[in-house]
Amino acid sequence: MNRSKSRISLFAFVVTIVFFYAPLLVLVFFSFNGSRTMAWSGFSLRWYGEMFFHSRDLWHALGNSVIIALSSSITATVLGTMGAIGLYWYNFRFKRYISIASFLPLILPEIIMGVSLLILFAAIGLPLSLLTIYIAHVTFNLPFVVLIVSSRLDEFDYSVIEAAYDLGAGEWDALTKIVIPISTPGITAAFLIAITLSFEDFVITFFVAGPGSTTLPLQIYSMIRFGISPVINALSVMLLAASIAFAFLSKGVYRYIFQR
Amino acid sequence: MRKNIGALYAFPIGMWITLFFAVPITIIFIYSFLTKGLYGGVVARFSFEAYRELCNESLLRTALTTFYLATIATILTLVLALPAAYYIACSRYRNTLLLLVIIPFWTNFLIRIYAWIAILGNNGFLNSLLLRIGALHHYAHFLYNKYAVVIVLMYTYLPYAILPLYTAIEKFDFSLLEAARDLGAARTQAVVRVLLPNIKAGITTAVLFTFIPAFGQYAVPQLVGGRNSFMLGTVIARELTVTRNWPLSSAIAAALTIMTTLGVLVFMRLNRSAGETIRETA
Repeated sequence: MNRSKSRISLFAFVVTIVFFYAPLLVLVFFSFNGSRTMAWSGFSLRWYGEMFFHSRDLWHALGNSVIIALSSSITATVLGTMGAIGLYWYNFRFKRYISIASFLPLILPEIIMGVSLLILFAAIGLPLSLLTIYIAHVTFNLPFVVLIVSSRLDEFDYSVIEAAYDLGAGEWDALTKIVIPISTPGITAAFLIAITLSFEDFVITFFVAGPGSTTLPLQIYSMIRFGISPVINALSVMLLAASIAFAFLSKGVYRYIFQR
Repeated sequence: MRKNIGALYAFPIGMWITLFFAVPITIIFIYSFLTKGLYGGVVARFSFEAYRELCNESLLRTALTTFYLATIATILTLVLALPAAYYIACSRYRNTLLLLVIIPFWTNFLIRIYAWIAILGNNGFLNSLLLRIGALHHYAHFLYNKYAVVIVLMYTYLPYAILPLYTAIEKFDFSLLEAARDLGAARTQAVVRVLLPNIKAGITTAVLFTFIPAFGQYAVPQLVGGRNSFMLGTVIARELTVTRNWPLSSAIAAALTIMTTLGVLVFMRLNRSAGETIRETA
């Protein structure tokens, strides 16, 4: 197989990588800057100190984000996996409705979900808090879990389960001894994606968060709204390091989303 | 017997998605036909007022701007993403190169926007640099305009375009390109007429994953856009939280929902028929 590369594609690739990383490198460089501005004034760890010891709001927001990310992605993974199994292998009433309704959020702009949930919470009188953020995050994560787990089920032959039934396995045995073990890579991928999406989400959370329930992205937003914030330079370096680690850990996870 | 078990599995997700997705979407459609309350909220009186406001000139202009910015960003993204994905798929080091694309994909969205604020902002890196070397005497406005919005949209969605394109190109059988060349096709001709039709699904995914979120974008125009780069997302948020005109923001959201759903359906239909035509011709 000859996969010939052209100069155009090399050029586009180099442009892409420079485009991706130049801005991030600028942030890394200036996180060690002594002054408040983006003009270099000498090496300093001042902003790291500021971030670690004088940014309580930031750490509080991080705590909220961790709570929401873990709780919402566990819920979404459980409900979504069950849903994917049910939708994939069985027929029942409302199947079409459920499969459309759990796909539609994927193609709608995020702001629609944010606005509609805010209006729902206002209509039923539920005050905005961590609970409303949790509900929103489970809702936007569910379609991703269903999509990812179903593409894993896609790779797998249903006759294995039929064989198990023929050999006398009950529903419970089939689920715990066959279906769950074979879908584990998909379930893990879905769980990782759900955690990241939840940790990252700004738009939907912006609408359903109340005072005191700030998440990390909301906190970052309020700090960068009016321009440059050197503490954010330092925070970027930490988050960039985290995403590099995460990219290594979860290589290949993206496949389940983009395959179809 | 088997039927009941499927419904049992799907019952929780069905309930959840009904309560927190289907019902809220229905509510915004209903609210869009109600009357605006005095202090926000709605009064239960039927009205077309929101849709009348929706059709006023400034909102229509915003809708056009939104469409224009999202389209330009999507086209530019694809122009860069296609050859870049091709390069990665053809490389011997594709796993390493792929990782270089996945890292920005996992990097916080607001941090990535902020990087551009830090570079292009009025007190940003570029201005300080140009002032120091004397190329500028007074700082320039690189930010808060349409160009900044398009650049940051591209920056945000480029990984979302490269990954599906890469997945599609990776599966492509490159001997087809060779065959085309052997049969006398020029290099570009072979790419346009053999490679592109074969990775159509990847292109569709890339367009959808770039255009839809760009079209409904709220944070980017808010943070790096100016007065003439307002997008629909910004207006929805303003009507909801500042002006507190809920019927109007519901109407815009409802219109956006319908437009997106129809757009996706048409796009997928067109794409499928295009794919079928090619398969039949082949």
